[in-house]
Amino acid sequence: MMNSVGRDIPDALLTDGKEVFRGSHHRDGLIYTKPGPTVRAGVKPLHSKLLPNLREAIVQCGIKDGMTLSFHHHFRDGDYVVNLVMAEIAAMGIRDITIAASSLGSAHDPVAHMIETGIVTGLQTSGIRGKIGEAVSHGKLKTPCILRSHGGRVRAIEQGELHIDVAFIGAPTSDEYGNSRGTGGKSDCGVLSYAMADARYADKVVVVTDCLVDFPNFPPSIEAVDVDYVVVVDAIGDPQKIASQATRLSKDPRELKMAEDCVRVVAATPYFKDGFSFQTGAGGPSLATNRFIEAEMERRGITMQWAIGGISQSTVDMLHKGLIKYIVDAQDFDMAAVRSVNNSPGHFEISTSQYANPMNKGAFVNKLDFVVLAALEIDVDFNVNVVTGSDGVLRGAPGGHPDAAAGAKCCIIVTPLVRGRMPTVCERVVTVTTPGENVDVLVTDYGIAVNPARPDLIEALAKAGIKTTTIEALKDKAYAMVGVPDPLDFYDRVVAVVEARDGTLLDVVRQIRPLEL
Amino acid sequence: MKIEVAAMAGTLESSDVQITIEPAEQGLSLSISSSVLGQYGRQIKRVVLDTLEGLGVRHGRVTVVDKGALDCTIRARVTCAVYRSAGITHSIPWGEVPVNDPSR
Amino acid sequence: MIHPDKNRLRRTMLFLSAQRPSQMKDAYIYRPDSVIFDLEDAVAESEKDAARFSLFHTLKTVDYGDCERIVRINGLDTPHWREDIRASVAGGAEGIRIPKCESAQEVVEVEAAIEAAEEEFGRPVGRTLVMAAIESPRGVLNASAICEAGRRMFGVAISGGDLRKAMQTRYYPKGEEMLVPRGMVLLAARAAGVQCFDTVFTDLEDMEGFRREVQQNKEMGFDGKSVINPRQIAIVHEIFTPTEREIIEAERVVRAIREQAAEGVGVFTLDGKMLDMAFLPGAERVLALAQAAGLYEGDLVP
Repeated sequence: MMNSVGRDIPDALLTDGKEVFRGSHHRDGLIYTKPGPTVRAGVKPLHSKLLPNLREAIVQCGIKDGMTLSFHHHFRDGDYVVNLVMAEIAAMGIRDITIAASSLGSAHDPVAHMIETGIVTGLQTSGIRGKIGEAVSHGKLKTPCILRSHGGRVRAIEQGELHIDVAFIGAPTSDEYGNSRGTGGKSDCGVLSYAMADARYADKVVVVTDCLVDFPNFPPSIEAVDVDYVVVVDAIGDPQKIASQATRLSKDPRELKMAEDCVRVVAATPYFKDGFSFQTGAGGPSLATNRFIEAEMERRGITMQWAIGGISQSTVDMLHKGLIKYIVDAQDFDMAAVRSVNNSPGHFEISTSQYANPMNKGAFVNKLDFVVLAALEIDVDFNVNVVTGSDGVLRGAPGGHPDAAAGAKCCIIVTPLVRGRMPTVCERVVTVTTPGENVDVLVTDYGIAVNPARPDLIEALAKAGIKTTTIEALKDKAYAMVGVPDPLDFYDRVVAVVEARDGTLLDVVRQIRPLEL
Repeated sequence: MKIEVAAMAGTLESSDVQITIEPAEQGLSLSISSSVLGQYGRQIKRVVLDTLEGLGVRHGRVTVVDKGALDCTIRARVTCAVYRSAGITHSIPWGEVPVNDPSR
Repeated sequence: MIHPDKNRLRRTMLFLSAQRPSQMKDAYIYRPDSVIFDLEDAVAESEKDAARFSLFHTLKTVDYGDCERIVRINGLDTPHWREDIRASVAGGAEGIRIPKCESAQEVVEVEAAIEAAEEEFGRPVGRTLVMAAIESPRGVLNASAICEAGRRMFGVAISGGDLRKAMQTRYYPKGEEMLVPRGMVLLAARAAGVQCFDTVFTDLEDMEGFRREVQQNKEMGFDGKSVINPRQIAIVHEIFTPTEREIIEAERVVRAIREQAAEGVGVFTLDGKMLDMAFLPGAERVLALAQAAGLYEGDLVP
């Protein structure tokens, strides 16, 4: 059945109440009942929830074939927790596991082999890269991988679509009762936002830490009342890869040029006024935007009421200079952010539900003025792909992209027109991860295009003397440079489904058929 | 032109392509690897063959390792490899070097 | 014929390695007035042939729009420069930059080779322009002869790296070590009626030092500057952009001189200031600079 972004969703997927995507606000006002986890009462006084090792935790939790285990990705590419747990699972002969992670990256390459051997048969994640992405793209996973935005993942948990049997929560510090925090240890990640819904909704919760601290570890991000067991391991991650020492601002002239143009666009809109709110994604040009927006704010003499999203040095610096009043933080990219959160006045940790869940009673993204985001591809309908590469292989993350785009009054995509030979601006993206109706402006190194659905922004930019072009013209320019790409060849088999934030089906990813020349 | 000895041109940097050309008894054989094979593999093959035809190369084994090069770079590297194979670096007949068809 | 754009605006000339396809494929997006595809220092000795092929195909296929394409050839003491010129002319480059130029004779030789190439490849004879880089004390002393050596010559550039070494000095923030060479080459260029460009600034970390140097360049009367990184372009253009007052003044001067000239008047006064034809080129240049910066949309730019 065709959905509202022109993607044909196989009928076989439209079971158990699943629907095709019908626009971003289709489920506004929906009445639903949240599920409750099945938990074990801890009535008898108990001094400690410590278990000697992960194997004991797996035994105590009663993990068996077919269960769903969840993980968070605050340790990013430095994470050890997924591999530690899954190695034990494999060694114990448990099979048919579904991994429900807030994201998976190249740190989890060993899981690819477990997909091939049937130890892992299901994946639900907001990001998929490296060898796992290749294994799934080539049809090795038994069931289609489910890709959700960060907000969509919490929604799926809170609506009961994603039931977690056991949550393994890596924590930089924990006490023996399970009060856990993102700081104070040797592998600090700042916040534990992604794990908060898991702690509340999983049947069993295991905290995994490499730094046991005195009780009570307060104020906690994960509360002991939700935790069954605590396991101490040698290392939960590689600190070097969890939070970089300092996020280096781009020196790439192309990225800087785009960032500068992006800020000109921001400054030309009516939303750029005292008290505005702002989010930037990861990635060179988006981060570089921070540098230029600071200068523009000082020039206009205005301040930002709140910043949100993945936080790094430049945002923290602006908080300290008084240019930003509040930072609401659901992920930290560097040590400056890790040190600042819950520490600097005005810098607060929030849950991912608070950040972006579309089906709670109103998340932070709904009140965003601006978000600046990247894209692997964007097509003439402004649909964005951030999950499949030009070769059709899964290598990206919807992450918070669809959430912030849907919420913000002005969503700006910043991307070079071509990468190597790949046209970023194209006729039709391989996979839709963010619907074009949520994208307002495209800034490239070759020019700026505004979504025709936003005549108000077209007028505002024209008034500010900013030259714009059409997205079709940008696509034509890209194709003139690199040639018109041949369509990719896919088998019928669906290897992944992309859920819209609200749980409807936005697109499917099929198994790639390699080209034989 | 005849491929007398093996020759190479280009690098493995992004936006470049490395061309290796070796003598062969009969006909042209082509091996292409590319970071953009799915969407541009056919086009890369066409440009390589067209350039070789323009240079009058009818026999040879050509290996293409593409890192997202534009057509004009592919032509430049193929042409360079062919001339290197012939030991020619100067007095190139620039007027006859095959270039992209601008009408494409 | 000589290229109609001989005296076009050249605030920035961006160096790009002809060995690197990634650099040459679209540097026009940074809007330098000119690019210099480099076959000399940026290219390893073993890759000179490959760089020429890349250069040729780039010239033939990549649309640089309004951006002028100049090729820095290898020195006249190398076996490469004649083939460099053939590839450049066959590809349709707008100009040739002679490195390490020390005498008028070198310009004459290059012009002859260009002419031969223009004939060989069916290009209009005279279309390919020439500029010379002055990189040695001898070059500085011969600057006047170099500037007047050929009809294709549109400008000279000072190249500071070698020159500072030869003068037993190095870069100093105030630029006093370069004051005399800069002044001498400027004088030679102005006397010959050609343009003059300052040397590159190599420390990309020191944007303040770069800004200072460009400001000095402007005050000394340079036409522009060679740059090595796109990030430097906006700063040069900003500094070379006239103020609103300068633009209004220039507009009045150009209009008045043209009106008076049409009526046969040579010398006259405007707002109490005496004006004659000698003020026209300077005022026209202000308007051209303003137009390039998007601040002037009138029709007085020649």
